[in-house]
Amino acid sequence: MSSSLKGKGSAKRSIAAAVACAALFFPALAAGQAPAPPSGLTARDHSWDNGTRIDLQWTASADEATLRGYVVRRRSTVETNFSVVDIVPAGTNALTVGSLNREAGHLFRVTALGANSLESTPAATTAPVFPTMEWFDGTRVWFLFTLVLLCGSVVAFIVLARRGMPLTLRRIAGLEAVDDAVGRATEMGRPCLFIPGINDMNEIQTIAGLTILSRVAKTAAEYDAKLEVPTSKSLVMTAARETMQTAFLTAGRPEAYNPDSVYYVTDEQFGYVAYVQGLMVREKPAACFYMGSFFAESLILAETGNAIGAIQIAGTAQPAQLPFFVAACDYTLIGEEFFAASAYLSGEPDQLGSLKGQDVGKLLVGAGILLGVLGATAAALTGSAFIESLVNFFTGTMLT
Amino acid sequence: MKQTGPLLITAAGGFVLIVAYFIPFAQNWGELAAIWFDILAAVAFILGGGNLLKTHLKRISDRARGWGYSGVVVVSFLATLFVGLVKVGVNPSAQFPDFAWSGQYRQMGSAFWYLFQYAFTPLTATMFSLLAFYIASAAFRAFRAKNVEAVLLLGTAFIILLGRTFAGVALTSWIDPDVWAGFAYFTGLRLENLTVYIMSVFNTAGNRAIMIGIALGIVATSLKVLLGIDRSYLGKD
Amino acid sequence: MTEFIVNQWWLVAIVIASLIPLVMRIVSAGLLETLRTLDRRWIFLLLLWAVLIPIYFIGVTGRTFPEVPSVLARATFDEIDRLNPGDPILLAFDYDPPSEGELGPMATAFVYHAASKKLRMYFMALWPLGAQMIDNTIAKVITPDFRDLVYGRDYINLGFKSGQEGVIKVVVTNLRELYTTDSRGTAMQDIPMMEGITNIQQMKVIVSVSAGYPGTKEWVQYAVTPFPSLRLVAGATGVQAPLLYPYVPRQLPGLLGAIKGAAEYEKLVVDAYGGANADPKYLEALRRMGPQLVAHLLIITLIVVANVVFLMDRGRKR
Repeated sequence: MSSSLKGKGSAKRSIAAAVACAALFFPALAAGQAPAPPSGLTARDHSWDNGTRIDLQWTASADEATLRGYVVRRRSTVETNFSVVDIVPAGTNALTVGSLNREAGHLFRVTALGANSLESTPAATTAPVFPTMEWFDGTRVWFLFTLVLLCGSVVAFIVLARRGMPLTLRRIAGLEAVDDAVGRATEMGRPCLFIPGINDMNEIQTIAGLTILSRVAKTAAEYDAKLEVPTSKSLVMTAARETMQTAFLTAGRPEAYNPDSVYYVTDEQFGYVAYVQGLMVREKPAACFYMGSFFAESLILAETGNAIGAIQIAGTAQPAQLPFFVAACDYTLIGEEFFAASAYLSGEPDQLGSLKGQDVGKLLVGAGILLGVLGATAAALTGSAFIESLVNFFTGTMLT
Repeated sequence: MKQTGPLLITAAGGFVLIVAYFIPFAQNWGELAAIWFDILAAVAFILGGGNLLKTHLKRISDRARGWGYSGVVVVSFLATLFVGLVKVGVNPSAQFPDFAWSGQYRQMGSAFWYLFQYAFTPLTATMFSLLAFYIASAAFRAFRAKNVEAVLLLGTAFIILLGRTFAGVALTSWIDPDVWAGFAYFTGLRLENLTVYIMSVFNTAGNRAIMIGIALGIVATSLKVLLGIDRSYLGKD
Repeated sequence: MTEFIVNQWWLVAIVIASLIPLVMRIVSAGLLETLRTLDRRWIFLLLLWAVLIPIYFIGVTGRTFPEVPSVLARATFDEIDRLNPGDPILLAFDYDPPSEGELGPMATAFVYHAASKKLRMYFMALWPLGAQMIDNTIAKVITPDFRDLVYGRDYINLGFKSGQEGVIKVVVTNLRELYTTDSRGTAMQDIPMMEGITNIQQMKVIVSVSAGYPGTKEWVQYAVTPFPSLRLVAGATGVQAPLLYPYVPRQLPGLLGAIKGAAEYEKLVVDAYGGANADPKYLEALRRMGPQLVAHLLIITLIVVANVVFLMDRGRKR
């Protein structure tokens, strides 16, 4: 039976501390004989890892039946003292020690810990063992499996959609309202305001926001509406200009594009909010779009927009801000709806296929949750070691 | 054609980093890429600063509506930049006492520190505190018992609002085993305990569901961007 | 209370005077119509009074509400309290001035607790302005009240490093790769308390006080998840805290949510180390629970009133 270091350290440390305290304050407990030591300790490099793990194995102590467990200690060749790595319960005869330095060799000792809190003489490794790095990190193989499964289903549905598989998409009111909002602003002779969130271009939500800007800008170009895009990051300003310019070109009105309508305000969150709020109160835009990554500013902006009577459409994947947008905006794209926007707006089979692939991912996650919950419940109800080991493998190996 | 270059860079960068995640030798490439991005973003500050000046100077010269505010922006920006760069009022560090600029720009007592402490801090805190006022007005306007779900939401909101204050403790302190032994089974109904239960069970379940949906959305969107299927962020519809 | 009202008659007069136009509108247009078309600025004014009067009341009388620590606040307290003098503890202050009002009291309480326990404190920040928050807290707690603690021996400010979660990934295995000096520019090898400290895994507890990204979530994902033996406790804003509950208790044994969490923790710390006459600066969160209570009650009242109007209107339409 083997045991991993992960996830059990704290409980074991508490046991170790309790045992140590008990031995310190109640010497009577420590009376008696030390148990027989374990033997044949071997240390080997853990195969297929990033060079931070070593596998230990030993032969059980003759007093195994009465032991509290085994204490595993380690020192590197550059250290002088051994330190406790873990305390594993009796019945365990193997341990994978992690978080090791690849540059140094490592020596190990394992002692048996008796019921009377006395430790046996140690079984020790004689030569230092060096963890080695392989070309593939086997600890991430299940992650790779999940990635291939999810990405594979997305790609598969894209291919199927290209071959003409009919795909339907439920109605997303927030996205259908985009054109109406821009149209209303045009009728009222007031500008539209687009806020791409306050994160930079390395945030996928900002990119998702710019995909919606592309549609808003195209509609604004067609209707000849004024669109203003204040940004909180310089790179977002550059990217948004690119998006707007191409959108105006696609709409057949490149001459109407004004690069000054996309401008940088400040990186400082509340400085940006103060500016945008002031702009809203002064210019009174008829349509406000909040598409991207938002934090505490979400409600401040949306309530100001509400106060000036603008049509407001928001989209974000920040769960904490969704309730604020829902309360203050006319339409809110919640999480994945926000990411589905470009597929919905373009209607291209490629993009629609990707959404279907996403649904397969959801089914897989749902099945995983159901299996895990049923397995854990069954293990608790029946006390079956086999089911418990399956659940542990599922949660401890496949999902980490 | 203009889009081909960026698309190739995006695809190559993205897929290399995905593969690198599984190869121990290349596992730190992701961090390296993040540092490259930071360098790019830092250089972009100059671009942002230039744009800020251009935008606001133009507004002042055009006497556009609210041009006075633009004046305040330009003066504040230049003043802060100056005192920070020149380290006005900064004493040399103890390690290098002979070098006038060796102290920290935000050293206590320096001009930048004064601006930070007495202008920036209260101004940003004021903006943040506006949130409380907007929460009150949004709650007044949006919380309506329109249907059963909304009533449940309202009830939960009241429990949390009360449970996060002393009122929660005061209102249900009578659910106490000292008052009646049978209450030992009902202490979970005390508002402060109910609040923790709602937050850690219902809230967690809902949040996890939304987060899973978002995570899958991110996977699909990232894949579309890397494969060049979604180019709308480059302006193509 | 009566004495307060009598002595502060001018405040009562101002409050009443400010609400006269609202009363006049109610008289002229009727209660229902006034509520139906209530200008949001009246709500802003009511909230202002709901917050301002309790602040003033607590400032004058010094009275606060009693606080009963929750399980999570106690767990947070215990994680730090079980440590021995000299144990290293990392305090990551990932917030900035806007959230100082909400997170400052818990940051103060964490430092007060750690300093009272004579723990070795390593401060760092993933937010640019976090370094300033560290300096402010040190100036508030350690400099005046723990004069025997020496910078470099008992506490150190490692300062801000850019790179968000990338910084966590590096320092958790190799602190010196990113931090070659402290925030004052002193080389690591010249700082006594850095001797033998090579990575964050050597910290007995990590305390994350955060207002968003990067913050506690990133500490969970990039420090505690790969190295489960690390102990992390956190203080978060009211908006962020719900997102952190999924990590409690396995990856996050202790969590303080907003001022309420801070007040509970403050009570535990002050009861244990503050004595009977604790400095008011260590009771900041407890003092802020008063305005929070009145503001929450006002919001509940507003919601109830709005719903009464809504239901009456709906009944009339039917």
